[in-house]
Amino acid sequence: MLILECPYCGVHAEETELHAGGEAHLKRFGPGSSDDDFENYLFMRENPKGVHFERWRHVNGCGKWFHAARCTMTLEVFGTYSAQTTEPPKDICDKISAKRPGWSWRNFS
Amino acid sequence: MSTRIQTGGRLIDRTKSVTFKFNGRKLQGYAGDTLASALLANDQMLVGRSFKYHRPRGVVASGAEEPNALVNMGEGAFFEPNQRATTTEVFDGLTATSQNHWPTLEFDVGAINTYLSRFLPAGFYYKMFMYPRAFWKHVYEPFIRQSAGLGKAPKQKDGSDYEHFYAFYDVVVIGGGIAGLQAAKTAAAAGAKVLVMEQTADWGGRAVVDGAEIDGASADAFVAATVAELQAMDNVTLKTRMMGAGVYDHGYLLGYERVSDHDPSLAGPRHRLWRIRTAQIISATGAIERPLSFAGNDIPGVLLASAVRDYLVNWGVSIGERTIVVTNNDDAYRTAIALKQAGLSVPMILDARKSGGGALAQQARDMGIRVENGKAIAKVHGGKRVTAVSICDQAGEGVVLDTIGCDAVAMSGGWSPVVHLYSHCGGKLNWDAEQVMFRPDLTRMPTNQNGQGFVMPAGTANGEMSTAATLADATARALDVVAALGKSAPTLTAPTAASEDAAAIEPVWMMPQGANIKLRMKSWLDYQNDVKVSDVQLAAREGYESVEHTKRYTTLGMATDQGKLSNINGLATLSGALNADIPQVGTTTFRPPYTPISLASIAGSARDEVFQPIRKTPMQDWHMANGADFEPVGHWRRPYCFPRAGETKAQAVEREILQTRKSLGLLDASTLGKIIVKGPDAGKFMDMLYTNMMSTLKVGKCRYGLMCSENGFLSDDGVVARIDENTFLCHTTTGGADRIHAHMEEWLQTEWWDWKVYTANVTEQFAQVAVVGPNARKVLEKLGGMDVSKEALGFMEWADGTLGGFDARVYRISFSGELSYEIAVPASQGRVFWDALLAAGAEFNVMPYGTEALHVMRAEKGFIMIGDETDGTIIPQDLGLNWAISKKKEDYIGKRAQERTFMVDSKRWKLVGLETTDGSVIPDGAYAVGEGVNANGQRNMIGRVTSTYYSPTLGRGIAMGLVLDGPDRMGETIEFPKVDGGSITAKIVDQVFYDKEGTKQDV
Ligand SMILES: [Zn+2]
Repeated sequence: MLILECPYCGVHAEETELHAGGEAHLKRFGPGSSDDDFENYLFMRENPKGVHFERWRHVNGCGKWFHAARCTMTLEVFGTYSAQTTEPPKDICDKISAKRPGWSWRNFS
Repeated sequence: MSTRIQTGGRLIDRTKSVTFKFNGRKLQGYAGDTLASALLANDQMLVGRSFKYHRPRGVVASGAEEPNALVNMGEGAFFEPNQRATTTEVFDGLTATSQNHWPTLEFDVGAINTYLSRFLPAGFYYKMFMYPRAFWKHVYEPFIRQSAGLGKAPKQKDGSDYEHFYAFYDVVVIGGGIAGLQAAKTAAAAGAKVLVMEQTADWGGRAVVDGAEIDGASADAFVAATVAELQAMDNVTLKTRMMGAGVYDHGYLLGYERVSDHDPSLAGPRHRLWRIRTAQIISATGAIERPLSFAGNDIPGVLLASAVRDYLVNWGVSIGERTIVVTNNDDAYRTAIALKQAGLSVPMILDARKSGGGALAQQARDMGIRVENGKAIAKVHGGKRVTAVSICDQAGEGVVLDTIGCDAVAMSGGWSPVVHLYSHCGGKLNWDAEQVMFRPDLTRMPTNQNGQGFVMPAGTANGEMSTAATLADATARALDVVAALGKSAPTLTAPTAASEDAAAIEPVWMMPQGANIKLRMKSWLDYQNDVKVSDVQLAAREGYESVEHTKRYTTLGMATDQGKLSNINGLATLSGALNADIPQVGTTTFRPPYTPISLASIAGSARDEVFQPIRKTPMQDWHMANGADFEPVGHWRRPYCFPRAGETKAQAVEREILQTRKSLGLLDASTLGKIIVKGPDAGKFMDMLYTNMMSTLKVGKCRYGLMCSENGFLSDDGVVARIDENTFLCHTTTGGADRIHAHMEEWLQTEWWDWKVYTANVTEQFAQVAVVGPNARKVLEKLGGMDVSKEALGFMEWADGTLGGFDARVYRISFSGELSYEIAVPASQGRVFWDALLAAGAEFNVMPYGTEALHVMRAEKGFIMIGDETDGTIIPQDLGLNWAISKKKEDYIGKRAQERTFMVDSKRWKLVGLETTDGSVIPDGAYAVGEGVNANGQRNMIGRVTSTYYSPTLGRGIAMGLVLDGPDRMGETIEFPKVDGGSITAKIVDQVFYDKEGTKQDV
């Protein structure tokens, strides 16, 4: 039963208030894209033992989607941030670097 | 025999006797007794039969770890199986019966299995019940049904109440022994908000039973003083009869409070499930003694040494007159000494260690007890009760040196810290070879959201075995927790106890060390699931090396006690058989709950009408008053049909359809989803949501649209109305409103967040009624106020206005093929509007119709239904809906997926109509078979039915189905085999059975 802080309404929401939405920062590939790109976009997901970026929705709360950076091993939460971004904000990345030096995830590190 | 002795029993009140029933027999106990102690006081040693061999079993432990003494408690609505007698407090009127026997506890036919035990080895179920397959029905299944399952399932609905309780603390201490109390005192003194929970009714744990000395006084005095101190503090809550059931992520903790199990006359719930969030948990859960593995260690009268001591000291009950003590450590000497002090006989202490014990051993000798070092039990004699013990050298193979009469055996194989709660959330353990135990590794503690450890073991649970070390550790670990909370350490003097001169424990996993197979086949590891030393060794020989696999293969530790007594002995046996070190073999995973908790407590008050809210339309009361037969659709209850007196449901459906097609029907369509999409970019967004072009829809017009997932699969459909330049109203299916609204928000918030669009789900703001049939217009004209003529309001148009005085939005759309208006009014006016339509429609013999008539009429028209024609694997192209897919649009959700090779495969089954050649109805879910067989020898499938009904309009069976090359095979017949043999043939036809030209709806 994770607790994540909703960056929109500030509530420290318990998992029962939230809806998990899978991996964050996917780039959409639409018509005209190659089969490989589309397959990667639609089906291929990271499954890291460690730093991970996820989408969550504060569904039984303010209704907003947001992103969370957390460690899948220790359940440590590095931070939550707006879903309206294509990459994790610098302060979150710095926080992760301080705790997990040398981390990388997809194109981010 | 086991009996109540004249004096002693710190927990019982000899002035208050209670009467209870066991297997119909009236027995007496005292207030403060557990069911186990009261049964033992009445010489009821035999309490049940084992699961597989139906061997006689007696009480073996005194607490939560008890594997044998499981009973059926209560009667009728208060019946509950598998209740542990050792954790059940007696009360006047308690009723219990024993389990797993037939016909009686004393005489059990299934006990024959024990003689067949060499034919029932580990993995028996996997090996035996595979072949021949024909044996399943007549041999295996009846056998398994007879013998499987512990206890009986309750027959009545649970008559008790249960509830959840939410609570928040800085520190929760689990365990009310001296370590827990000392830790709580330390944390509370630092100003933390503290909850202390103890699973039994009494504080103090083991130290008070063992007569420890703390600060020069008795442990009892220390406990009483500390509890009083804690009670006086505002920041401390103390709870007995409450178990720490499970530790979960980020400081979530379940506390299981048994509020009135001990006294059902108390008001309030029976169990209360505490859903706690806490910053820190201190697990002061103590340790559990391990049995020793010797032949006959399951015979009633063989108990854990600590349990023998508990029954004597806490409840004044002696297990036997002559007790033999067998041990590999010093602690069991305490039992011998206590028995001797109570005037009971201890013929011998068998200490498996060659060098024997320390100070306690000397004390026992000084009391005149015979102590034999390096000796072991070769075999326990007896059937339903211990009669004697044969002794041998521990180092040998079991050559009997002597046989000594006795009626009880107290055994100790050492102690295992209760690390369950520490481990639930990932806390790691180390093997302590010196103390022969797994203990927490504090450098690998479970961590919370801040990356900080949050489950701190303290005292014996942390592997500290002496009173002095336990108290020191409890204080130190509590100070660690105080520091983790960012609070400053309080100034208090830690209590002290004298150090003990104990000899080291020696590992003894088999007794004797070289026991032969005959002995090993009688040496039980898991009492509840009947797993023996020989079973685990066999598993190892058969190649099961992983402890998790061995557990499942042998069922070791998989019973309701979750292996509290058996796991360590089992894995030590496995590591011995594999010739590997114990830490290499490792432990199985500790999972919550610590002991079984009632399912009803998990449900809490969410039962019956409060289990789930039911959504009701404004017309629901009318439906109920008029005999509607309801069906669940999402969280709604919709009328399936409105049967009249003497009518079957099928007859009602037929009447409703015929009357609607002939004259006038009404449908409560309020449950249809209504979502507003609004903003300057609404048209652009609608074009992405729907496969059709929606941005070109004219204001005042309606258009049927399809929505797909990004996977390309059809997910919802409905009619869209353009309200103004910037506003669309999307109708969704009844079950789809919330899901589709969430789908829209997801795309808007996470992909196209710069688009200027917002959405609102207004489903419940409006009541909506479909007025359907040739007389639909007449009845609206009768209400008056709006021009609803063909010229003013054409097919697939909508208009706002006033209808019979109601603010109405009228859509001319049809899901039945008839002239039809769907009229939305504010929800508050829904019922009055419905009544007005019924009154105005009376002259046309208006009939409300339900969902089944709706389904049949749409099928007659060949309209698809989400969930019937679609199942999450169907794309619009499969259903011949290409006309609703824009070819001009560059993109829509699902478009790219629909271009994938699998989606454009010409062999995908396609939708067609099906007309049975004999007019009958194809069964739901029927498959069409083609030529040849597949690799499994089954007939090849070439299609399946998606909707199938009797059509009252046509007087015959009609269906739609997905068929291989279907649209190219018009006029051909295909075959649908029936479940009961035979088959139905159907002709492939156009799916529109009624009014193909669509003239009736467009008048
Ligand atoms: Zn929020």
